[in-house]
Amino acid sequence: MSDIGLYARRLGDDALILGQRLCEWCSNAPVLEEDLALANTALDYLGRARLLLSYAGSFDGKSEDELAYLRGEREFENLLLMELPNGDFAFSMARQYLLDVYEGGFFAALAQSSDEQLAAIAGKAAKEVAYHLRRSAEWLRRLGLGTDESNARTQAALDELWGYTAELFEMDALEERLAAAGVAVDRRALEADWRAQVTRAITEAGLQVPETAWSVRGGREGVHTEYLGHLLSELQYLQRAHPGLSW
Amino acid sequence: MVAHDVIELVPQARVDMRRRRSSSPCADLFDVLDAVRDPEIPVLSIWDLGILQDVRRDADAVVVTITPTYSGCPAMQQIESDIIDALHQAGETQVLVERQLAPAWSSDWMDADARRRLREYGIAPLYDLRCPQCGSDEVERVSEFGSTACKALYRCLACREPFDQFKRI
Repeated sequence: MSDIGLYARRLGDDALILGQRLCEWCSNAPVLEEDLALANTALDYLGRARLLLSYAGSFDGKSEDELAYLRGEREFENLLLMELPNGDFAFSMARQYLLDVYEGGFFAALAQSSDEQLAAIAGKAAKEVAYHLRRSAEWLRRLGLGTDESNARTQAALDELWGYTAELFEMDALEERLAAAGVAVDRRALEADWRAQVTRAITEAGLQVPETAWSVRGGREGVHTEYLGHLLSELQYLQRAHPGLSW
Repeated sequence: MVAHDVIELVPQARVDMRRRRSSSPCADLFDVLDAVRDPEIPVLSIWDLGILQDVRRDADAVVVTITPTYSGCPAMQQIESDIIDALHQAGETQVLVERQLAPAWSSDWMDADARRRLREYGIAPLYDLRCPQCGSDEVERVSEFGSTACKALYRCLACREPFDQFKRI
């Protein structure tokens, strides 16, 4: 597959895996409005995944479904943050906030890509990220400034998530090549703004920026946490058991 | 009190859409497609919503270009099959629907008349957040997300009725 195809595929993986995770909230959220909000956000991610995986597949004649349902865990290249289990509501919203800030910068930059299709997909995604961020930023604040319990849970979530954020700003050879060609986003360049914005919001929400000494990476190389395999077994079960099944 | 004429600012993309329609050799097919409604908001057609971009003939086929609203909107699939059905009923045998992503769809492409019909239907259009039931502007947002991707949920503080807002993106 071409470099651009591989790049579109890993961005599609990011969207697909987090979209699938968020779907798990459906009928389990604390209140009806949040159930709708989480399901709607999941739908945005799945829509984005379809656009990106269809584009990725167009380079070597594969369908979006083949890419979503028939690859093994080591062939997925999503960032690890996407696959972590939902945890409690505070954990899901803290992850969403950290990612929404990241995606805001990422898709604004990708909308300037020299690849027209990636730029067009990013232009749509950027609009959706804007309202995702409005909501997750509001929740970070409400949970941080809420009760002792909500504050403690949100702090615990940030502490757990923090070690997975380093990977957001690291490049590999493929992305280096594409960034040099004006196709991919140089993710290292997003870090300073992300850190400044996230630090401000965490502090204003009465929470502490974690001082985590550890960090993990590996998603872009196909090396995942134990959680991805379980997620894929649910996502892929039907197509694996009944190949080619359609509605 | 001085009466002001309200000057409607129309986005360039919408101007281009109107121009394509008014100068199209397929104007009759545009008219046929006015019957295709949003399955969730039947007072609006795909033209009203700014989804329908262009209709043209390519050899024996009719090619319809649409812009999807939200990436994950499940209504898009329904809309595509409704487009094909409508044109089949008008006697066209070969219909292709193409999706165009750029420029990204904007809720600002809706015309004033469409926004008025939306309000009458009970959905507050974009920035006009008065309660569709009692007209009060004392309202609060309950959730950024309503019953579909394109709507947010509000509550009127005067009459206490909940209502949807058609989001601005």
